[in-house]
Amino acid sequence: MKHFLTILSHEVRMLLVNPATYVAAVIFLSLMGFVFTDILETFSRAAQDTSPADVFFKQFYLPVLFIVPLLTMKCLAEERRLGTMETLLTTPVTTTEVVVGKYGAAYVLYMTLWAATGGFFWILKAFAGDSRLLDPGPMIGGYLFIGVSGLLFIAIGVLASAVCRTQAVAGILCFAMLFALIFGGSYLGAATWLRADVMHPVKSAVDYAQVLQHYEDFTRGVVDFRQLLFYFSSTVLALLFSILAVEAKLLHN
Amino acid sequence: MTLSDQNKPAIEVSHLVKTFAGVTAVNDVSFTVEKGEIIGFLGPNGAGKSTTMRMLTGYMPATSGSISICGYPVATQSEEIKRRVGYMPENNPLPEDMRISEYLYYRGRLKEVPRSKLGSRIDEVLEVCDLKRVRHRIIGQLSKGYRQRIGIAEAILAEPPVIIMDEPTIGLDPHQIIIVRDLIASLRGRMTVIISSHILPEIEMTCDRVLIINQGRVVAQGTPAALRREILGHVRYEMVVAGNFERLSEALSHVYSNLSIAVPEDIDGLGFKQVVVTTDHDGELGEALLKALIDAGYRVRSLNRQRPTLEDVFLAATRRSWDVIDKK
Repeated sequence: MKHFLTILSHEVRMLLVNPATYVAAVIFLSLMGFVFTDILETFSRAAQDTSPADVFFKQFYLPVLFIVPLLTMKCLAEERRLGTMETLLTTPVTTTEVVVGKYGAAYVLYMTLWAATGGFFWILKAFAGDSRLLDPGPMIGGYLFIGVSGLLFIAIGVLASAVCRTQAVAGILCFAMLFALIFGGSYLGAATWLRADVMHPVKSAVDYAQVLQHYEDFTRGVVDFRQLLFYFSSTVLALLFSILAVEAKLLHN
Repeated sequence: MTLSDQNKPAIEVSHLVKTFAGVTAVNDVSFTVEKGEIIGFLGPNGAGKSTTMRMLTGYMPATSGSISICGYPVATQSEEIKRRVGYMPENNPLPEDMRISEYLYYRGRLKEVPRSKLGSRIDEVLEVCDLKRVRHRIIGQLSKGYRQRIGIAEAILAEPPVIIMDEPTIGLDPHQIIIVRDLIASLRGRMTVIISSHILPEIEMTCDRVLIINQGRVVAQGTPAALRREILGHVRYEMVVAGNFERLSEALSHVYSNLSIAVPEDIDGLGFKQVVVTTDHDGELGEALLKALIDAGYRVRSLNRQRPTLEDVFLAATRRSWDVIDKK
């Protein structure tokens, strides 16, 4: 992993000098700001059971579905299309370092964008000064969930970019995979045909991979080790497949 | 330098084969390149030049056969190979949104040039490639000539013992071609260089040895002079003379026994014809021919020995190999 930091810092730099990053950031923050204002308006009208942070982080899938493909679709597909993958892999760099470096850069940027939403809570604190609105529990749980689930979401984006030759296809594939991961779980969990006894192993696997349910647990302060393991192991798996996809394309191009 | 670096040819390729989904791109290619040699790689489009070069860098695995660079086998020790090869791919892909100096710094770090040496080394290659004035420009805004030179600068950046460049002079103007040619010539003896090109005079001027491949096979290899002899096998003299053309072959026969003389029909107003004499004699016959002509009373306006260019050799060699393939 000698070159990991070189690639990581280079990729972060390239993301920071790219205007598209700022466009994505502005869209992300406006969308989240809009959601946040909407929540505050609801809260100002009538008292609610939950804290604003809880409702805010519940909308996590909105930016995930759009920002993750935007951040990751370029990383490997573009290198391959331009042919710079060839110059990159003829230096003493391994495929693993390239994939993990690019993954790391996308994750850093993703988390930076989410960290910027911390400003919303700061503004709320500065101007409302109502401690009931700022329950630290759901907030910490929410950010923790974003951080842990982001590992997997970004890895899925990198995988989509690794198997596609064009950015657009990678983006759409990433969107589809994220959609299936986030909403597929609750859809399958509700399906009656999975309730049969023979389907029991499948059913338990589906229950285990309920992203929306994980979110609920995190904001309630339940950090289950199995859920962490689910995200970490799936992330490793997605990155392994990305590395294999990049290498397979070298063998068969 | 480890033990395996010493006294080994820089590049050894034996029985290299590469097939893509049933299509054989490289078919049983073997050659050796000594340290410090500059090798020209010639071949028509689709001959397997780029594929061979990619396999040399370890980027693409071979179907069968073996390659070793500085004594290290590419198949098993590709890490070592990548440290020893500077590679500039075909079309020279570059990132669009970086400055030249930033790009070279990044590449230098990837190629494990120590941080303390990198700055001065970048200055050096920018100087050598005449890029100093544009070092802070963004690569995407530069013209083809600059981009090619960035590729060359990048290939020599880490001072690797072996440099592989796929068509380095493509898209350059004559002035820049001379710069690149001098640059490659300046590497002679220090680094082993393989370049491929379609511009044959380029290859002829810079390379110690030429390798012509066609249809995935090596069809000829050797110095440009040796190839000329081997492939074309004859020397042509062109002369413009006037006199009695019927007696011409008789008049020239005592110069050298094996001369074939072609006398064209057309004749200009003053009675001169352009006669072509072909011989398998390697040495210089010009003076003897001239003397024989004048002794026999011919009027001579000009006589010159035609130098077959590498282009003729290239065309003859590739045509010959196609004949061989067609016969099979």
